[in-house]
Amino acid sequence: MSAEIRKIAVWVEETHIEIGKAISPPTRKAVAVAVIANPFAGKFVEDLSPLMDIGAELGGLLGDRCVVALGITPTEAESYGKAAMVGENGELEHAAAILHPKLGGPLRVAVEKGAALVPSSKKMGGPGQVLDVPLGHKDAAYVRSHFDGIEVRLNDAPRANEILVAVAITDSGRPLPRVGGLTSDQATGKDGLR
Amino acid sequence: MPDIEIRKFVTAVEEIFHEGGPVTDTPLQRAAIMAVIKNPFAGHYAADITGFMEDLRPLGLDMARRLVDLLGGNPSRVEGYGKGAIIGAGGELEHGALWHAPGGYAMREVLGGAKAIVPSAKKVGGVGARLDVPVTHINASYVRSHFDSMEVGINDAPKTDELAYVLVMTTGARIHNRAGGLASEEIKGEDGLR
Repeated sequence: MSAEIRKIAVWVEETHIEIGKAISPPTRKAVAVAVIANPFAGKFVEDLSPLMDIGAELGGLLGDRCVVALGITPTEAESYGKAAMVGENGELEHAAAILHPKLGGPLRVAVEKGAALVPSSKKMGGPGQVLDVPLGHKDAAYVRSHFDGIEVRLNDAPRANEILVAVAITDSGRPLPRVGGLTSDQATGKDGLR
Repeated sequence: MPDIEIRKFVTAVEEIFHEGGPVTDTPLQRAAIMAVIKNPFAGHYAADITGFMEDLRPLGLDMARRLVDLLGGNPSRVEGYGKGAIIGAGGELEHGALWHAPGGYAMREVLGGAKAIVPSAKKVGGVGARLDVPVTHINASYVRSHFDSMEVGINDAPKTDELAYVLVMTTGARIHNRAGGLASEEIKGEDGLR
């Protein structure tokens, strides 16, 4: 089953100044969402594998959209995250089926590597509700400068029988990181953690 | 007059394939760009503020060009537009009105002399405030199929001493438009109205 997409939206945030200090080059975060029909809205279905396939499709599609929106090469992506919000006629497990089994593989192709776990969040919700997408370094989850998040919302989604699926990618960490910990220069990026 | 101090840009692009009706081959796109800048008049009443409009002209042109790029780079694809402002709580509504000339004329110039008045909305708000930016046809305000709007906002702006100036462009009519009225094929495009 492929996703029945009603709309796609892409946001980019570019921060030039943080608390009065110039950020050069500006830090940039992109988040892409697809609003899709929930094939299992309104009923309990045991086998969620069609949603897993949809997750794979969207991991690649939305990952590519973010990379294009940032105008970077895939290797220049530094952190990533994913999230889903399920409309009221679905169930939370639908978000899990989209996000966890298969979405990460094609997303890692879109950012060329991605040794680290893709941080995620999920919730039930309705049109206009906020979804916070967590962000972490793509190759080394302990890189402290890259723990972040980005907010998305669409006034008209998710409707009751829809699911909003989001993928976020950055080309940078927080604007002024200074809380120590592992830095991206120190990370080896082999085990996905350090 | 002070230089424009830009803290961040936020862009959003929506691509709409259907809204419950027939799926279109040419999805409607809506794009928005928001510049979050320092409000030089925050915290005090300044009688003469008009010089700031001139200062804003390069920013308006830059934002209008970025919007065209977000929609594929061809100005002739753009059929609708709108603009707006959210004024941080340390400012006054009149500071939003400073965006009318530089924002509107920038889009009309970049689009090759669009005829219709650019519809607008403005308000005073805090961080996370949302603004519904009205949209109408670029050459004939009465074209009913192109009456639309796009919701914009960002979690961390405008701060008390900031202004968030917004431009919006769209590539066509509402996705399932069928409410009659003046059609875009019928316009004369001389007076900006019909």
